[in-house]
Amino acid sequence: MKSTAVATPSMWERMDPRRLMGGVSQHRVLASAAVLAVLPLLVPYPALAINVLIYGLFAAGFNLVFGYTGLLSLGHAALFGTGAYGCGIAIAVLGLPWYAAILVGLVFSTVSAALIGGLAIRTRGVYFGMVTLALAQCLYFLFYQWVSVTGGESGLRGVMVPSIDIGPIHLDLFDPVQKYYFLLAFVVLALMAFSRILDSPFGAVIEGIRENENRARASGYNVWFLKWMSFVLSGLFCGLAGALNAIHLGVVSIDSLFYTTSGTVVMMVLLGGMGTFFGPFVGAAAFLSLEDITANWTSHWQLIAGLVFIACVRFFPRGIWGSILARLRA
Amino acid sequence: MMEEPIIRAEGISRRFGGFVALREVSLSFRSGELASIIGPNGAGKSTLFNILSGSLAPTDGRILFEGNDVTGLPQHRFVHAGISKSFQITNVFPQLSVHENVRVAAQAMVAGKNFWSRRSRLIETDETARALLVEVGLEGVARRRAGELAHGQQRALEIAMAMACEPRLLLLDEPTAGMSPEETKDMVQLIEGLARSRTVILVEHKMKMVLGISQRVIVLHHGELLADGTPDQIRNDANVKRVYLGQGRH
Ligand SMILES: Nc1ncnc2c1ncn2[C@@H]1O[C@H](COP(=O)(O)OP(=O)(O)O)[C@@H](O)[C@H]1O
Ligand SMILES: [Mg+2]
Repeated sequence: MKSTAVATPSMWERMDPRRLMGGVSQHRVLASAAVLAVLPLLVPYPALAINVLIYGLFAAGFNLVFGYTGLLSLGHAALFGTGAYGCGIAIAVLGLPWYAAILVGLVFSTVSAALIGGLAIRTRGVYFGMVTLALAQCLYFLFYQWVSVTGGESGLRGVMVPSIDIGPIHLDLFDPVQKYYFLLAFVVLALMAFSRILDSPFGAVIEGIRENENRARASGYNVWFLKWMSFVLSGLFCGLAGALNAIHLGVVSIDSLFYTTSGTVVMMVLLGGMGTFFGPFVGAAAFLSLEDITANWTSHWQLIAGLVFIACVRFFPRGIWGSILARLRA
Repeated sequence: MMEEPIIRAEGISRRFGGFVALREVSLSFRSGELASIIGPNGAGKSTLFNILSGSLAPTDGRILFEGNDVTGLPQHRFVHAGISKSFQITNVFPQLSVHENVRVAAQAMVAGKNFWSRRSRLIETDETARALLVEVGLEGVARRRAGELAHGQQRALEIAMAMACEPRLLLLDEPTAGMSPEETKDMVQLIEGLARSRTVILVEHKMKMVLGISQRVIVLHHGELLADGTPDQIRNDANVKRVYLGQGRH
């Protein structure tokens, strides 16, 4: 009798937040998928939920480099934007089917990541930020000038994916709810991959690099290569987010490559909580809701966003989700 | 025929801008030796260690490890070859747990082929880490964050991390710096234990300790080799007395 009493946790123990948190982080993909699955019910209209999904994925990809590896890239718009253009060009110019177009987007973003990372990673700290920013701006001007393919300043139009047919399943992408769940499938797959990466020896050592790069090097790691690998993998996630955004909007705007997009994703991750699994989605939701609310009654929403952002970083340096996690674990 | 030394430095020089930190230092160490390098602050001891461990390239000269020229290789190649170093200033992963610190260090040796496998499958690294923490006496604090440990414990953690790659040559840069007499005694015992099955070279300031535990003592002064001999020889060396021992402890 006694042993069963020990083995089965009481109701109270099961409700213990620390125990609960342990379970949630063990099944972080499932927990994240569950929250994202009900998100459309929680927000006023589906377009906002779709943006949270796409920007959350973008922020998660950025978080791999920023929150987990400790590299402040200011050029991540390049990865998101080339993913979007790759996918958009494949559909609008080459007439490829959507699944091939997503692959083209991933190739674009991964190649960009390999190049930008390869050139920037020898530098450190602020210089790393500046080099990534400069290289991303180079890509912006390249796509801006390449009007015949990208549409230049007016953006790439005609990225039409009206419906999806996979076997017996028919999805109408004009229906925002169907579109949401179509995109969610990709995000959940990406989160599974992301979680798996964090679970690997690679995931352990990038956190070591963030903590103390010299120690990681002295332990026998090729730090340059690992940082580069982190950047390239980040390119995959950010590029997927860009490609999904192209399918979602039907156009690719040149702004997706502009440095403001890089700034947005930094804010989202800081708001949500850097180095946390679900924080980027919370940060994206907070940022986009704030934009949505304030843009309705003032044209200076960026000023308001900036002030809220400064307050947040000042009072919740761990970000919203990071602070909640710290509370629950304490 | 003489036994091949485990490591040999041939005519090592290192300049920082116009400043010469090491000038044509040639040294070799026998396998299994417990040797110490002493010298006043700024003598170039850490610089020599950085060069022997591959974190700094010499401006001139060659490093041969077990007969192979390793000069100019990236640091991680030195580690994989079997050379490991602890830092003069404590260097750990502060936000990670003590266990995770050692586990990440141990993982470097097996990760090559298993880099994308699940961490939980790398049971041997977990066990290596646990055994090392027992060896340095930190098994009781394995779950604490490394940054929360007392200074002496962090030094011990660093040794465990340096040991995680199973080095044949271990370089310890002032392992007892800032330690209390009790902590120092434990550390000396630990170092003597480690030296039983590998080559250990120390940089140390605590003269009594150095002369007590080393089989061989090397004195650096202004980047040059001043003396090299048994503790007794060093104690009685006129040059050493003049520049170093006479001035008391540093
Ligand atoms: N990275 C560096 N840049 C410039 N000077 C350095 C550097 N590292 C060491 N030095 C100089 O080289 C000399 C030897 O330093 P170091 O090897 O740390 O001495 P020790 O460990 O014997 O106290 C010192 O004068 C130091 O200022
Ligand atoms: Mg020194």
